[in-house]
This record gives sequence, C-alpha cells and structure tokens, in this order.
Amino acid sequence: MGDPMMPEPIDRRRPADPTLPTPRPTGAHVSVRGLCHTYRKADGPVLQDIGFAVEPGEILALLGRSGCGKSTLLHMVSGLTMPTAGEVVINGNAVRGPSPRWVMMFQAPSLYPWMTVAQNAALGLRFARRMHAAKTRVPEVLDLVDLGGLADRNAQELSGGQQQRVALARSLAPKPEVLLLDEPFSALDAFTRRNLQQDVRRIARNLGLTMMIVTHDVGEAVRMADRVLVLDANPGRIAHDVTMTLSDADRNGGTEAFQREHTRLMQTYSAVAQITDTA
Amino acid sequence: MSAAADVIARPSLPALGRFRGLMNAVLGIGLLLALWWLGGWMIARDPDLFAFASFAPGPTLTRLWEMIVAGEVVGMSTPSLYRVGMGLALAIAIGVPVGILIGRIPVLREITNVPFQFLRMISPLSWMPIAVMAYDTWDGAIIFLIFVAAVWPILFATAAGLRRIDPAWLKVARNLGANPFHMLFVVILPAISVDILTGIRLALGVAWVVLVPAEYLGVTSGLGYSINDARDTLDYASLGATVVIIGVIGFALDAALMAAIKHVNWVRSDA
Repeated sequence: MGDPMMPEPIDRRRPADPTLPTPRPTGAHVSVRGLCHTYRKADGPVLQDIGFAVEPGEILALLGRSGCGKSTLLHMVSGLTMPTAGEVVINGNAVRGPSPRWVMMFQAPSLYPWMTVAQNAALGLRFARRMHAAKTRVPEVLDLVDLGGLADRNAQELSGGQQQRVALARSLAPKPEVLLLDEPFSALDAFTRRNLQQDVRRIARNLGLTMMIVTHDVGEAVRMADRVLVLDANPGRIAHDVTMTLSDADRNGGTEAFQREHTRLMQTYSAVAQITDTA
Repeated sequence: MSAAADVIARPSLPALGRFRGLMNAVLGIGLLLALWWLGGWMIARDPDLFAFASFAPGPTLTRLWEMIVAGEVVGMSTPSLYRVGMGLALAIAIGVPVGILIGRIPVLREITNVPFQFLRMISPLSWMPIAVMAYDTWDGAIIFLIFVAAVWPILFATAAGLRRIDPAWLKVARNLGANPFHMLFVVILPAISVDILTGIRLALGVAWVVLVPAEYLGVTSGLGYSINDARDTLDYASLGATVVIIGVIGFALDAALMAAIKHVNWVRSDA
C-alpha cells in the first residue's frame, strides 16, 4: 500500500476507475474507400480511386490547386454529392446523404437574412425537431464562437467574420461528429482569417471533433491540420500524406518550427502542383 | 461667392422636413378635388352636358354622406369584397404553388412558358360568355373572372422570386438535414414572401379593375351593379359617390398590402 498522505499518481492515459466515463473524442472515424467521381464522361474522372481514413478527433486538410476535385471530395463525404464509385463510411455507417452528424461549412456563410443570429444558429436543431434543446444549446454555441451578445441581432447587421462565426455556431449546434470546412475563410481579410483559423482549431480540439478542411492555402493547412493530404489534379488523387509535427503554440506562426513545417509542406505542394515560384 | 457660402445662405425649411410627405399627399388630393370641381363647373355651364352636373363634388359628396349614414356603402361593398376575396384566394391557392413549381423545375417552366404567356394576354373579360355558361350562379362566374385576372401576376411573381433564391440557402438547408416541408416553409416561402405579396398587390389592382364590369353581369348586388343601376336611373350623384367608394376601398386594400410587404421585407437597406 502506498503512503496515505501522498496523492495517488494519476495515469492520464487511462482513467483510474473503470466505472468513470473515458474522456474520448466526440468525433467519428471517417473512412473513404475507392472513391471515384465523374461529372461528364467526356471530361474524364474528377477524382480517381481515393482512399484514406481520418481518426476520431483528427484534423485533416485536403490541399490542392483549384480544379483538383478537393471540394467535390468534401461534398461526397458530406453526402451532398454521391460518388460514381466507392463509398464513404462514418463510424461504420455508409454515407447516403446529408446528416446533422456530419455537417459542412461553406465558403460563404449563407445565413438566412430574414432570421436573427440565434434563429440561424438553431436551424439544424429545428430541422431535427429539437427546438426544446435549442433554448440551451444555441446560447452555448454562440458563446463558443464569441457571439453571445449578438443573439437577437439580424444576420445582415454582422461583419463577414461574424457571419462566418454564426455559420460555425449553426454547424456545431446539432453536435456533429464530423465538421467539414470548404474553404470557409477564403473570403475574409487576413486578420479575421487568422483569428478564425485559431478559434476553429481550438474549438474542434476541445470538442474532440473530427474535422476535414479543404484549402489551397499552405499556411492555413499548417495552422489548422494534424495531417495534410496533398492532391494531384486531372484526375484528382492523393499524391502525398503529410503528418504535421507542430505543437499548438507553434501553429500561430512566427516560430522556427512553424517556418520549417511550412517550407516542408510548400515544397511537397509545389512539386505536386508544379509551381515553380515557391516564395 | 463660394459654393459653400451659397449653400449656407440658402434658406431652409426645417419645419417642413417631417411633414413633407404628408403635405405633398394633401396637395395631390387638393389638386384632384380642384380638377373635379373645375370639371363639374364646366359641365354645369355646358347646355349639352348640364344634365350630368350631379357629378360635381358638391352633389356627389352629399350623396356619399347619405349613403354612409344609411349603411348603403356597407351593403354594396360587402358582396364585391366577398367576390374579390374569393377570386384572389383562389388565385393565391393556385398561383403560388404553380409559381413555385415552374420556378423550381426548369423543364416545367419551358413547357408552360408559351401557353401561360398566351393565356395571360387574353383579357379576363373575354372569358365572360364562357364563365356565364360554365357556372350555375352569377357569383361563381364573377369569381372565376376575378381569378383569371389575378392568377397571372401572382404566378409569375412567385416564379421570378424563386429563380432569385440564392442556391446556397437550399444547399445549407439540405446539409443541415432539412426535409421538403422544411425547405418550403423555412427557406423558400420566407425568401420569396415579398415577391408573392408584390404579385398579390398587382393582382388585387387588376382584380379590382375587372370587378366592376364583371358585376355588370346579372347580379343585383355589388359596386359594379350599383354603377350600372345608377346609370340606368340617371342618378349621377349616386354614380359619382359609388366611383369614390370604389377608389377609396381600392386605395385602402393597396395600402394594407403595401404595409404587409414592408412588414415581411427582410432586405435591410442600411445593412
């Protein structure tokens, strides 16, 4: 027996008491298997034989040039577009269509201008007939995205960055297991973009969400992702699978470690995208 | 003198600012009354037309007051409002869903475009003989004519509104798990509410115009019947008073719809 005066050592990997709930990510496991997509036969496939897995709680970036099919790939994971071949499996269930369990955030916030901020944020719960839950859940998610005081404002009165935060709150309200981001910060100014990148990563990490983000910005991928899939074009396929080895403190930029990871990813991306000027 | 000094020196009318709209409206009504009075005065002086002198403001407004006090105004307006209301309700019930369908389904829009544009250009009153034959009651025939007049503006305004919906709004709703019921009542209808009401406002204008000649049909009630009856009995003061009633009710209905449009309009000009 140990000394009763000394506190028991805490094993952070496993809970000491097996009856206590295990602190595990709320995010789901995503498996993409043999995914192909063709819009028109004459144009050939947009995506060919895409296969990868995303672990629960992992943040994955899909990095590629315009037209490489990365957005189409994300649409297929969300169920908004069905693949020509292959399948997407989330926690063992094949994706057959959109669901509040895997929610997508788009480039434009596309808030409904006839609704208040709170009504916009509650939309997913309203569609799921869970309006009673919205009373507590909506203030919770608005606080999470730092918009707690703007619940009753009309969506049109907000800035671009605030609107995108409402879109994030709207995506988080139904408690999704997977959050899919389709270049959601590309229309924002650099300062707002940087703040949102940090906040979204922090929120996703705290909630343990599985997240996939489509981007063509190497800096964004380094700041946000645990792992980056670099996509080749015509047809779109995975050229490289790069694991980021940055601490959260280094992700804000300006450190040597950040610069090293940025350069490493930029070189990989440039080689795949055949960009000659890597400056 | 500099331009700035010129602006400063210009006399301003601060008291007019708040009441300018109201004062201009009063001025407009005053001008209309003056023209009416002038017309009446000229008719009274003309030996060929003096029999129509009761059209002047004095006799008309006196008769109008008598009709209000006696309750005649309510009696003659109620059947007309019922017919317009029923015709408009039918036009909304058919125009809005069909407008949504042709706005949402391109192939349906292409198929219906020529037939609908063709039918739209036929004067509603052209259907009068068919309406009389098709319906057992005069009321039914009049409601049908009002429906024919009112359905097109509602249908086309709804379809145009639907085509202007941001496709991203539909994608976002689908992404969040909206079913077709949600899509219609939470996204589509609020998004096009202003277009629908603008269509109804246009339809009401046409329906109100069609009402009077439609009520020349065999009915024995309503504003159109009262006009016809006053003409036949040479009661020009009553005829003039009925014209005023038609104008006032039409104006009031239009103003109510304008207020409804303002209420549902979600576009913030200051945003």
